[in-house]
Amino acid sequence: MFGKLSWSAVPLDQPIPMAASGSVALVILAVLAWIVLAGHLPYLWREWITSVDHKRIGVMYTLLATVMLLRGFADALMMRAQQAVALHSQGFLPPEHYNQIFSAHGTIMIFFVAMPFVIGLMNLIVPLQLGVRDVAFPTLNSVGFWLTATGALLVNISLVIGEFARTGWLPYPPLSEMTYSPGVGVDYYLWSLEISGVGTLVAGINLVTTVLKLRTKGMTYLRMPMFCWTTLASNLLIVAAFPILTATLAMLILDRYLGFHFFTNEGGGNVMMFMNLIWAWGHPEVYILVLPAFGIFSEVVSTFSGKALFGYRSMVLATMAICVISFMVWLHHFFTMGAGPNVNAIFGIASMIIAVPTGVKIYNWLFTMYMGRIRFTTPMLWSIGFMVTFLLGGLTGVLVAVPPADFLLHNSLFLVAHFHNVIIGGVLFGAFAGYTYWFPKAFGFRLHEGLGKAAFWCWLIGFYVAFMPLYVVGLLGMTRRMQHYDVPEWRPWLLVASVGAIIILIGIAFQIAQLVVSIHRREELRDHTGDPWDGRSLEWATASPPPVFNFAVTPDVSGEDAYWSMKERARRQGTSDDSVAYTDIEMPRNSPTGFICAFFATIMGFALIWHIWWMVAAGAIGAFATFVAFAWRDHDEYVIAADDVARIDQANLAERRAVMSGAG
Amino acid sequence: MATAAVAHADPHQLRGLAAAAEHAGPAPKRIVTAYGFWIFLLSDIIMFSCFFAAYAVLSGQTDGGPKGSELFDLRSVTAETGCLLLSSFTCGLASIAADERETTLFQLAMALTCALGLAFLSLELREFATLVARGAGPSRSAFLSSFFTLVGCHGLHVSAGVLWLLTMMAQVTAKGFRADIRRRIVCFALFWHALDIIWVAVFSVVYLLGAGQ
Repeated sequence: MFGKLSWSAVPLDQPIPMAASGSVALVILAVLAWIVLAGHLPYLWREWITSVDHKRIGVMYTLLATVMLLRGFADALMMRAQQAVALHSQGFLPPEHYNQIFSAHGTIMIFFVAMPFVIGLMNLIVPLQLGVRDVAFPTLNSVGFWLTATGALLVNISLVIGEFARTGWLPYPPLSEMTYSPGVGVDYYLWSLEISGVGTLVAGINLVTTVLKLRTKGMTYLRMPMFCWTTLASNLLIVAAFPILTATLAMLILDRYLGFHFFTNEGGGNVMMFMNLIWAWGHPEVYILVLPAFGIFSEVVSTFSGKALFGYRSMVLATMAICVISFMVWLHHFFTMGAGPNVNAIFGIASMIIAVPTGVKIYNWLFTMYMGRIRFTTPMLWSIGFMVTFLLGGLTGVLVAVPPADFLLHNSLFLVAHFHNVIIGGVLFGAFAGYTYWFPKAFGFRLHEGLGKAAFWCWLIGFYVAFMPLYVVGLLGMTRRMQHYDVPEWRPWLLVASVGAIIILIGIAFQIAQLVVSIHRREELRDHTGDPWDGRSLEWATASPPPVFNFAVTPDVSGEDAYWSMKERARRQGTSDDSVAYTDIEMPRNSPTGFICAFFATIMGFALIWHIWWMVAAGAIGAFATFVAFAWRDHDEYVIAADDVARIDQANLAERRAVMSGAG
Repeated sequence: MATAAVAHADPHQLRGLAAAAEHAGPAPKRIVTAYGFWIFLLSDIIMFSCFFAAYAVLSGQTDGGPKGSELFDLRSVTAETGCLLLSSFTCGLASIAADERETTLFQLAMALTCALGLAFLSLELREFATLVARGAGPSRSAFLSSFFTLVGCHGLHVSAGVLWLLTMMAQVTAKGFRADIRRRIVCFALFWHALDIIWVAVFSVVYLLGAGQ
């Protein structure tokens, strides 16, 4: 009846997961109780859960990412604490639990923090920057988000029911095959990523189509803001790379569930094929994450330097070059696995070549700042912190791209330090810069500057204190993923690293405080005009938060830095044009399709993990029925009357004029 | 003035860049939907290419078991191919019927497409059943694992296509040729033809090359 599921799947005898999941369950219950008792549920359902508005979906993606960041960071703290104490001893985490923690940490941080964070920001901002009213497929957008949430939910369910993978964040066979991992841990990993991978693919198709087909009048390719370009590149990579992940994990699933021989030791299976396939997805994935961050830095640096981006066209070229070359370097993830010197040399050189366009970008940002009137706001601090930190990570990356050096450094903590150096210093700093920069656009008030700066300094210093020692112990020969060790020379460095983790924890505390304080003082932090930073691209041309239709009249673009040139023209002419001809606007209706689909996907995923076949069928039929019901709708759009559009728009224009005349 | 000069020098708007300089704004919904679906199809083809790559790597790994030339029945596969190619033709007829708002012809062509799709699927299932009965199931060797996955993945797509096709027939019956339904018909047709293209590759790479080994 319930497949492999029984009460023994709940780890009642293990205090750490039970206490952790118990407290999380309490928090969730408390939040749910508050929502229901305070009567917020109808509002939440109507305005958020069923929303197909790209801005709301973007906010929900980002919220998912920040919540999962806390989970992933809790795993990081446990690992640092374990390695700080585990000299000549077992520490406090038994090996099978420690292995689950480092696997969950990597899986969560990549798939459920970094991915939803950048996809959320792209969703929120790109349609605004392109001057359009929504993405190409609004309902599918909602489906994509909720499927991502399903994946995150399944990973977290594994904490309480069953176990998570012990294989690391990429389940290398033969360890991940049934022979060596008979439990449900790997199955949790596989199904949650298959489901959230579909969500990511949907988001990718949606954003590619939006950028290529929905730009406003006059918004030619070479007038798009840099963030739109990096979004295009990143989502092209999603469309090209995620099917590889889906296929590869499907092969592993077939091996595990039906006794196929793709990656097994027996029957002629080929383990190396897994390495090649998974990294053919995995390396582009790195650029899927970091390219949007590059776009964010471009926007931030240009805005707060008060200058147009230096070398815009070279930046576009560099972005698209990275997009292409990122598919030609995957083998550097396994130089040591016997490809031979010639193949290694080619991939080593390709890996070094990809550093060139990245270097172009760094120079472009520096020259944008050069002679600019720089404002050192929090987003700008994140950007400058990124340039220094990412440069260091890039340099160690070039180092491990040299095959002979890689033979010494692979699988060591040097490598761990390297990729945290680029992912924290690149992706996460970029996400935080974007979060601070666009927060007023999403919610209508700015974040508290002082607390934001405190958080930045804690993160920056904490990062260096936590990861520079890992470079050192890596050079001293410490391999990654060690549950305990007996080399006393490593100990002091690991202690320092755990201090770094605590400094980052303080940084996170500042970020939470920043959010709470800013919400509390939202009236004094209010962004009245919709343009709090004197911005340059079209998202600042509308109110904060933007009305559901984004733009009362879709803008007509006549050059780069579209909104900046509009402001310049208005300043020159002394007045802005008030005689606007408003028309009715058609907007897509909200739909619970995404949420209901994800509900059935969750049931299906859980049932597949535990081999409850009747429930799999029930989930599949439910999901299909949901789609048919959606396809049967007669009215998928509603109309906002021209009068309402005019009222909403004039209110914002009046505020802008008041500020303009006050400044003048 | 400058615009007029460009138009004069380039009457067929062959210069893409000149046209792009006057970007007219968002494309109509019909274009956007089909375009997005094309991108989905490309990603689907990438997924298939992984299974093709896996098959190419593993096709020699028979683990002492049967080879392709001992297993493949080219007559049956030719019949399958015929069914699928014919179904693409009838699917094209259905598209024309949808453009002309000919409900009867549309339903007839879709029903034919469905019948041909089901015929293809039953031939494929018979082949699979025969192989399993002969002890050449997917867990026999890596070669057979990759064979069943590649061909089966295509079969699953055809099955999903049949389900979609029936849904479209029901939708046209219930709602007529509404704009959104016509967009879905375009997407369905693209999907069905793409499956044909993939089958041509399966037929050549798996069956023709395999039977010769």
